Amino acid sequence: MSRHTLSVLVENKPGVLARVSALFSRRGFNIDSLAVGQTEHDDISRMTIVVNVEELPLEQVTKQLNKLVNVLKIVELDPAQCVQRELMLIKVKADAENRSSVLELVQLFRARCVDVAADAVTIEVTGTTDKLDAFVKVLEPFGIKELVQSGMVAIGRGARSITDRSLRALDRTA
Amino acid sequence: MTERMTGAQALVRALEHVGVDTVFGIPGGAILPAYDPLYDSTKVRHVLVRHEQGAGHAAEGYAQATGRVGVCMATSGPGATNLVTPLADAYMDSVPIVAITGQVASKAIGTDAFQEADISGITMPITKHNFLVTDPADIARTIMEAFHIASTGRPGPVLVDISKDALQAETTFSWPPVMQLPGYRPVTRPHSKQIREAAKLIAEARRPVLYVGGGVNRAGAAPELRRLAELTQIPVVTTLMARGTFPDSHPQHLGMPGMHGTVAAVGALQKSDLIIGLGVRFDDRVTGDLETFAPYAKVVHADIDPAEISKNRHADVPIVGDCKEVLGDLIAVIEGSDQRGDYAAWWTLLNGYKETYPLGYDDYEDGSLAPQYVIERLGAIVGPDAFYVAGVGQHQMWASQFVKYERPGAFINSGGAGTMGFAVPAAMGAKMGRPESTVWAIDGDGCFQMTNQELATCALEGVPVKIAVINNGNLGMVRQWQTLFYDQRYSNTDLQSVRRIPDFVKLAEAYGCVGLRCERPEDVDAIIEKAMEINDVPVVIDFVVHADAMVWPMVAAGTSNDDIKIARDMAPTWENEDE
Repeated sequence: MSRHTLSVLVENKPGVLARVSALFSRRGFNIDSLAVGQTEHDDISRMTIVVNVEELPLEQVTKQLNKLVNVLKIVELDPAQCVQRELMLIKVKADAENRSSVLELVQLFRARCVDVAADAVTIEVTGTTDKLDAFVKVLEPFGIKELVQSGMVAIGRGARSITDRSLRALDRTA
Repeated sequence: MTERMTGAQALVRALEHVGVDTVFGIPGGAILPAYDPLYDSTKVRHVLVRHEQGAGHAAEGYAQATGRVGVCMATSGPGATNLVTPLADAYMDSVPIVAITGQVASKAIGTDAFQEADISGITMPITKHNFLVTDPADIARTIMEAFHIASTGRPGPVLVDISKDALQAETTFSWPPVMQLPGYRPVTRPHSKQIREAAKLIAEARRPVLYVGGGVNRAGAAPELRRLAELTQIPVVTTLMARGTFPDSHPQHLGMPGMHGTVAAVGALQKSDLIIGLGVRFDDRVTGDLETFAPYAKVVHADIDPAEISKNRHADVPIVGDCKEVLGDLIAVIEGSDQRGDYAAWWTLLNGYKETYPLGYDDYEDGSLAPQYVIERLGAIVGPDAFYVAGVGQHQMWASQFVKYERPGAFINSGGAGTMGFAVPAAMGAKMGRPESTVWAIDGDGCFQMTNQELATCALEGVPVKIAVINNGNLGMVRQWQTLFYDQRYSNTDLQSVRRIPDFVKLAEAYGCVGLRCERPEDVDAIIEKAMEINDVPVVIDFVVHADAMVWPMVAAGTSNDDIKIARDMAPTWENEDE
């Protein structure tokens, strides 16, 4: 098994997320993470889907996804050729005694402290999965009270855009 | 030109514009606004069925007999959910149908309103695409898109769910609308490099087989298939969905492959060095255990759906395209080359299989009827021009084995989904689409009791279908498995039809049809001929047959095709294995 990151451009219409996620479960694929949001074009949404599958089943799921009428384009992003980010918010126990130790780690990981209470701080951190895992590990001894994480978003490096041609297809029918 | 009208009027107008002449359906609360303008339409005939499942299968039968999109209509909630089975059936067998359902008013959606069901959510995995329309301005365009999606690329079912307020509200109508389907671009033109690659493999092969599926029929490519087969002299096997696509009488035809296929067809695939799969999906009923399926074969796989290629079996040469174009291009390349394969040894082997292991069955010494005999005689008397529509089970397999099909599309049945109860409504739809043709349903007594309420529709609408009920008093195929794999413990397969509950002759008569019964082999021909003479009302024949007849050959589920049995505990001997 290996992790693959798919960027899926879809029409921004009701029910599209349900179609995509239902297809994954129906065909027996587990989604590791899924993030969806609008793109620079109001009519197009972009999903970043991380799946853990072998090469052949990945080809099958890509083909099945392509058959969804609302799916415009699917690109598999090469981890070496793209920027990948996740966002995490972590609430850690921290009182007057150890707060500075926590804040030191925040600085080390280039994270941000977004809320401070008498006995806890809330930290915002972005990065790759590895970095976030490492950060959580060093915070664990202090006591993690709550943790929330976004799906991964990713974009290819360089000047090329994967949306250009899909936009033209959309313009032709509009 | 634009006109003001209600959403319901726009719906009916759009159906007229896309060429719909027949709609099968039942009205109800949410779809009621659409039925008012439908009442006035002179172009669209609405057929009032007795159950929405009947409407859906009738649309499938209509579509398969005519090649046009079949249409069914139902109201919200239970009306719509009753269409689920036919939609799933059409999805599995790539049948182009459009289902139109009423939905509760848009403001009530999500409130668990009376007769509300999320039918677009429910049918997402069993439709090619579906729509929920809540704006009357979208109705005409959506109908056009639905028919386009259903009928192009790999055909399939499309559902259009329209809220009641959208049907009632005023809108402007103009035709044709501009479709907005930027993500829908089916590929029909095959890649020429792949075609050349396929032609090269064909020329090099010693033991090639053309493995022909429903896609060839859907593409209307039977003439091209025949040309390619005769040009190359390659043997042909036709799947359940492709029966008739290559004539059964043709010497190059080896029959149906798969679980109940002929020894020659199954053997040809297992021994082949090249499978040319055309419009097929390497379904488990054909391949048996995938690990041991056709172990020596390279695979050329052509299909219009890229997701079918290499799904179950790796394709050495994948070809995405419409089978008609694929075959046309392949013929052109092969005709342009003088390289021909030498298949003499291959044909010797295959002809040996054909001669040694023909399809057959046993008659009963007690004078009771063999179901295979009934079906064989039916095919012989009725002839190749009729449509034969089967349900699912033993009778379906025998209908595939013992009727000789000479014409593409002559055999209509539920293949992928295996929907019992398919035959009666599908035969009705086929007959309405092709009123000049004779349409015979070959049904089982189990299947028949699932959907025979549509006999009322047939009788009242003047649809003189003919129905042969192969009545063995049991859920025969399930019983066969219990015989073979469950120590003859017949748990809940005895329908007790020997007690004539119901009496199918009286049932037919109660529905305004002619009911006939046949219990002895010597009466079979006369009764079929009698049914052939009745052309004003539907005819039902209750063929009371022996309960112990079994479908052979058989590859037990999950086992290898190599372990095919021609009768219980009897395997063919594969001669010349080391050639």
